[in-house]
Amino acid sequence: MKPAAFDYVRAESLDEALGVLAAEGGDARILAGGQSLMAMLNMRLAKPEVLIDIMRLAELDRIEDESGTVTVGAGVRQATLMAWPGLGAKLPLAALALPWTGHVQTRSKGTVCGSIAHADPSAEMPLVLLALGGSVHLRSAKRRRRLAAGDFLTGMMATARADDELIEAVSFPVVAGGRCAFREVARRQGDFAIVACAAVGTRTGVRLAVGGVADVPVARDWPRLDGSALDDALNAFAYELDARDDLHATARYRRDLVRLIGRDLVREVLS
Amino acid sequence: MSRLASDRRAPVRFTLNGASAEGEAEPRLLLTDFLRHQIGATGTHVGCEHGVCGACTITIDGHLARACLTLAVQIEGCAVRTVEGLAPAPDRLGTLQSAFRRHHALQCGFCTAGILMSLDHFLREHPAPGESEIRDLLSGHLCRCTGYTPIVRAALEAAVELARNAGGEKG
Repeated sequence: MKPAAFDYVRAESLDEALGVLAAEGGDARILAGGQSLMAMLNMRLAKPEVLIDIMRLAELDRIEDESGTVTVGAGVRQATLMAWPGLGAKLPLAALALPWTGHVQTRSKGTVCGSIAHADPSAEMPLVLLALGGSVHLRSAKRRRRLAAGDFLTGMMATARADDELIEAVSFPVVAGGRCAFREVARRQGDFAIVACAAVGTRTGVRLAVGGVADVPVARDWPRLDGSALDDALNAFAYELDARDDLHATARYRRDLVRLIGRDLVREVLS
Repeated sequence: MSRLASDRRAPVRFTLNGASAEGEAEPRLLLTDFLRHQIGATGTHVGCEHGVCGACTITIDGHLARACLTLAVQIEGCAVRTVEGLAPAPDRLGTLQSAFRRHHALQCGFCTAGILMSLDHFLREHPAPGESEIRDLLSGHLCRCTGYTPIVRAALEAAVELARNAGGEKG
């Protein structure tokens, strides 16, 4: 299908983009890589009055690595982060998850921040941001604020972003020397996750984050668990996610995957 | 700032397979429809129109892109390559295209333009790919005729041939 009509703004500075957002509010949408938004426009699931294209803003196309945090600007494409030389050492969890984020042909255009802004519950980038305890940098013409990933992601394709705000960047904490693991089950690699799990070693034990099951990715922090204590924790977590049956999998299958993959990943990280 | 009104056509200047091209587009016009209906370059096919099937895959400024997830007005000043740019001459197939023909890597041909563009781009950056890399690349395309195996064979053979001829003709 074809999109409904809209005005198109090619922003030449961030202030311009913020000015249009301030004036148009909820009638405007930010267009970055377009790999989610354009599909929604084509299917008329979104009908904005104005599209603000931010992809010609060099100031947003930056990866900054400072004081234990990697900050990825709103213009950074998934393929660019994947090719960033520091990725394996600084953000090994992102290195594991990015090959599952869409396909070669969509990662070449789709942005890291765009995926987080879209907030699909099965998407890998929001899951990684949550698992690492990262944050979202929001900016409007009037103010800047930072929200923890868990506070930003509020529901299925719903976020705490106000109508006049855009995501300027996201920050991933570097877990120095930390262990992490990622596994996903999808029909094919690159398709929407049926279940995606990420585990990260913490000072006291492990954090397990699960995407594709609840309306948002959900994380649990546990001490060092093993044996039946780990099985019980995973079982309780699997039920708390309130899985539903859909076209792709039953709720029971999803709970099974959370238990099985969760156990493997937790053991891998704690070993 | 340039703001293009929803009901007005704006000029779009770009290069298509190395030659300068120009057309007019309303903001909502998709690049697929712009290329096919305005420019007359019908090699780029329109399948699902939501980025899944891969039939419309092209390159923009050297990066793979779904033309159906791109607005025509976004390619102002960009270098676009489409399947029309692959053949060295109107009556000759490129190396990759010839391999597709030899291996029966297409039947109806609907998906082929997009797959050729992905492979052409990929083989330039990965001159000695393995089968798993080719299959990973092909996961971004849907083909309902071939079962993919002939496409993988054609891609692997073309890779060897392109590597052998490196410095000579690129297909």
